[in-house]
Amino acid sequence: MSKYVPKKEDLSRDIQQKKGLLNGNRISGDWWDEPFEFRDGNWCHAAKPEVLQELGFPNPRKWAATDDDWQLPAGWEKTIKDGLKEWLKKSRSLKLYLDSCVRCGACADKCHFYLGTGEPRNMPVLRAEMLRSVYRNDFPLAEKILKGFSGSRKLTKEVVKEWHMFYYQCTECRRCSIFCPLGIDTAEMTMVVRDLLNRIGVNNNWILAPVANCNRTGNHLGIEPHTFVQNIESLVDDIEDLTGVKVNPTFNRKGAEVLFITPSGDVFGDPGVYTMMGYLLLFHHIGLDYTISTYASEGGNFGMFTSADMMKKLNAKMYHEAERLKVKWLLGGECGHMWRVVHQYMSTMNGPADFLEKPVSPITGTRFTNANATKMVHIAEFTADLIHNGKLKLDPSRNDHLRTTFHDSCNVARGMGMFEEPRYVLNKVCNVFHEMPENTIREQTFCCGSGSGINAEEFMEMRMRGGLPRAGAVSHVRKKHQVDSLVTICAIDRASLPALMRYWNPGVSVYGLHELVGNALVMKGEKKRTVDLRENPMAGFGEDDDE
Amino acid sequence: MKKVLIPFVMVAVLVAIPYVGVTAGGQAYLFGVIVPYTAAAIFLLGFLYRMIDWLKRPVPFRITTTAGQEKTLDWIPYNRIDSPATPMQAWVRILLEVFFFRSLFRNTKAELREGPSFTFASSKWLWMGGLAFHWSLLVIVLRHTRFFFAELPGFVQPIEVADRFMELTLPAFYLTDALVLAAITFLFVRRLRDVKLSVISLPTDYFPLLLIGSIAVAGVLMRYVDKVDIMTVKALTMNLAQFSFDPVPGDIGPIFYVHLFLVSVLMAYIPFSKLMHMGGIFLSPTRNLCNNSREKRHVNPWNKPIKFRTYAEYEDEFREKMKKAKLPLEKE
Repeated sequence: MSKYVPKKEDLSRDIQQKKGLLNGNRISGDWWDEPFEFRDGNWCHAAKPEVLQELGFPNPRKWAATDDDWQLPAGWEKTIKDGLKEWLKKSRSLKLYLDSCVRCGACADKCHFYLGTGEPRNMPVLRAEMLRSVYRNDFPLAEKILKGFSGSRKLTKEVVKEWHMFYYQCTECRRCSIFCPLGIDTAEMTMVVRDLLNRIGVNNNWILAPVANCNRTGNHLGIEPHTFVQNIESLVDDIEDLTGVKVNPTFNRKGAEVLFITPSGDVFGDPGVYTMMGYLLLFHHIGLDYTISTYASEGGNFGMFTSADMMKKLNAKMYHEAERLKVKWLLGGECGHMWRVVHQYMSTMNGPADFLEKPVSPITGTRFTNANATKMVHIAEFTADLIHNGKLKLDPSRNDHLRTTFHDSCNVARGMGMFEEPRYVLNKVCNVFHEMPENTIREQTFCCGSGSGINAEEFMEMRMRGGLPRAGAVSHVRKKHQVDSLVTICAIDRASLPALMRYWNPGVSVYGLHELVGNALVMKGEKKRTVDLRENPMAGFGEDDDE
Repeated sequence: MKKVLIPFVMVAVLVAIPYVGVTAGGQAYLFGVIVPYTAAAIFLLGFLYRMIDWLKRPVPFRITTTAGQEKTLDWIPYNRIDSPATPMQAWVRILLEVFFFRSLFRNTKAELREGPSFTFASSKWLWMGGLAFHWSLLVIVLRHTRFFFAELPGFVQPIEVADRFMELTLPAFYLTDALVLAAITFLFVRRLRDVKLSVISLPTDYFPLLLIGSIAVAGVLMRYVDKVDIMTVKALTMNLAQFSFDPVPGDIGPIFYVHLFLVSVLMAYIPFSKLMHMGGIFLSPTRNLCNNSREKRHVNPWNKPIKFRTYAEYEDEFREKMKKAKLPLEKE
C-alpha cells in the first residue's frame, strides 16, 4: 500500500479511539481555535510553476502545504475580499447560504470526511462557517457591530491554511445538502473558496495539471491524438482476441450521427478500459453511426474544481467539436462530475446548441425529450432504452461469476437524479445484485472519498478516511450476500474505489456498468466466450463445463 | 459557556429595560407606542430589503439537488417532489419543506461502531422539536391577531378552540403555550448537551431561543398568573393597528410592557439575523428550481463569451502526429 497511509489496523484504532466529537467527547473552546496540521497523507502537492504558467494562473512558485511561509502574493487579502465580493454579486446561492444557516446541526454527521476524521471543521455547517466567519467580519452588516457575538474573525494567513486544508476535504458531493432544511449547498461555498484560493496561488497539482493537459491535448491525462487512437485500437484488438469480433470505432469523422465523449480514464486507466470495451461492443452490436474525437477526448472537467471560467473553457470543446463534425447529438459515457457539468451547466455556459438536433435513438426511435436543449444523452439512459425495446441480445449468466452491488455516484445521484436506469441495466445484464443499506445509496449515497480532484496518491490517508462510510456499506453486503463486485457509473470511482477496496475490503473488485454490459452482449459472429473482458473465467462457460 | 452567558445577560437586560422604564420611569408611552412602531418599521423595511437584496442577485446555474429519480424515459416513473420537472412541482417541494420539514424528516444519526463502521439510524427528534416549535409559534401569532381586529378574523375562533388543551383552568390553557416552551427547552438543551451542537452553536443561536422563550414566559405569566387588564391591552393594540399616536389608554401591568418590548426587539432583530431563514427558504436555488436543465436552457445573465482552445489551434499543434495516425484533417 501507499506510504501515505498508515496500516489499516493503526488507522482503524485511530478512528475508533481518538478523543473527539465522533466518540462523543466534548471540545472546549471555539472551533476556530482547534489545531490542525499538514502531514503526510493529508495534503495534495501544490501545482507546479510550469503548470500555472501554462494556464496563466497567478503566483507560480515552488511551495508545499507543510511550509511555514506559503509565499502569498502582496495584497492577497484584497484579492480574496474582492473575489468574494464579486461572487456575492454574481451568485444568489452563495449570499443566501452564507446568510440563512440556522446551525440546526442536521448536516453535522452527514459528511464522509467528518465520519472518517472526526474533525469539527468537516461538519458541513462548520465548513461553511469557515467562510461565513470571515464574511461576517468584513461585510457591512449589523453583525459587524457585534463581533464576537456573531462569531466573526479576521482573514489571516492561518485562515488561508485552514481553508486550503478543509475545502479540499470536501468533495462537493452535496450529501449534506439533502438533509438541510434550507437546502444549503456546501459545494457552492467550496467551489467559490477554491476559486479564491487559486487567485492567490494556493492550489492543487492533481487538479491543475489535468486542467492544463485538458486544455492543450483535449484530455486530463495529456494524451496526444495519435496515442489516444493507438490505445483505443489496442482495446479493439483485445476485443477481437476475446470475442472474435472486430469492432470499428472511428475518430474525428465528419457526418457521424453521434459524437461519443467519455472520461479519458476509460481510455487509459484500469479498470476504466474494460468499460470502454463495453461501449465499443455495444455500439458495434447495434450498428451505431458514431465517432470519437481526439480533440474533445475528455468527458470529465477538472475546471469545475478550479473556477467557473475554467469549467466553461474546457467544456466549450464539446459543442465546438460537435458543430465541426456536424453530428446530430452527443452521447456521454459513465462519469460523475462530467454529468453534473453536462446536466446542470453545459447548455447554460456554452449553449444554446442550435446546430444540433434533438436527440432520437436511431435504433429504437425513442426521443430523449429530457435532453432537448443540451442535446446530450447519458449512456445509461441510452442503453436502458435499448434493452427496454428488446434491441440487445444479452446473456446475463455471463456475469454469474460476479456478485454485484451498485454505488450511486454523488453527482449523478444528487446533481441529476439518475437512479433507475443504471439499476435497470444492471439487473438485465447480471443475475446477482444486492443493494447496500438504504441510508448509503441513492440520494443518500456516500462519496468514494476521492471526488472533486483529490484522487492524488499523496492524499491517500484522507481518501481512505473519507471513503470509510462507503467501504463500510460495501463490507455490509459482502458479509451478508458475499458481494464481490462494486459496479459504478463514474470514472473517478473506477480510479479510486479499487484502492479503497484493497484497503478496507480486500477481494472486492470495481466495475463500470458497461463492462458488465459488454460481458453479457451476445455478439453476432462471436466465438465461444469463456472469459470476461478482464480475461477472468466466467462461471459455467469454461471448457470443462462443455457437454 | 461564554456563548450562552452573553445572550443570557443580553436578554436579562432587555427584560429589565421596559420593567424599570415603566415602573420607575413612567415611560408607558415610549414602550407602548414608540418602540413597537419603530420595531415594526424596522422589521418591514428590513425584511423587504433583505428579500430584494437576495432576489436581485442572479442565479447563474440551475443547481437543483435531486433526491429522487429524474424525468427521463416514459416508462421510468419519476419523483415529482424530489426531482421536480415543472415549476409547480418545485413549489410543492418548497411548501412541503416549509410546512412539514421534509429534509429533517429524512434525518439520520451516524454512530461509530467496531470495525470501524457506521450505522445510520433514523432520527426524528430534531424534526419533531422543530415542527413543534415553528407550528406553535405560527398558531400563537395567528391567535394574537385577535388583538388587532375589532371584529375577529374567521380563522381565530377555530384555532383557539383547537388549541385549548383542556377546559380545566380559567382562562383555558392553550396547548401551544406549553408546546412552544417545551420545544424551546429541547432545542436549547440540545445545543448544550450534544457535543457536535455545542461546537457549532454561536451566541446568535442561543439569543433568539432565549428571547422567544422569554416572550412566551412573559405571555404565559400575564395570562395565567399576574393577570393584566385585557380590555386595556386590546384598546392599546387597536390603537396601534390603526396607526394612532394616542396616549396609552390606561394602566397595564409592567409584565405586559416586558412582553411587548421583547416582541419589538425580536421584530427589529429579524432582518439582521439568521431568522431571515423564514424568507430565505423560499429562494433556495437547490430546492425551488426544477430539475430540467437538459430539457430547457437556463440563462445566466453574466455568461460571457470565453476564449478557449479551438480545434484549429489543436490541429496546428498536432498536425504531423495526426497525419501519421491517419486522422482526418481540416488543413493538409
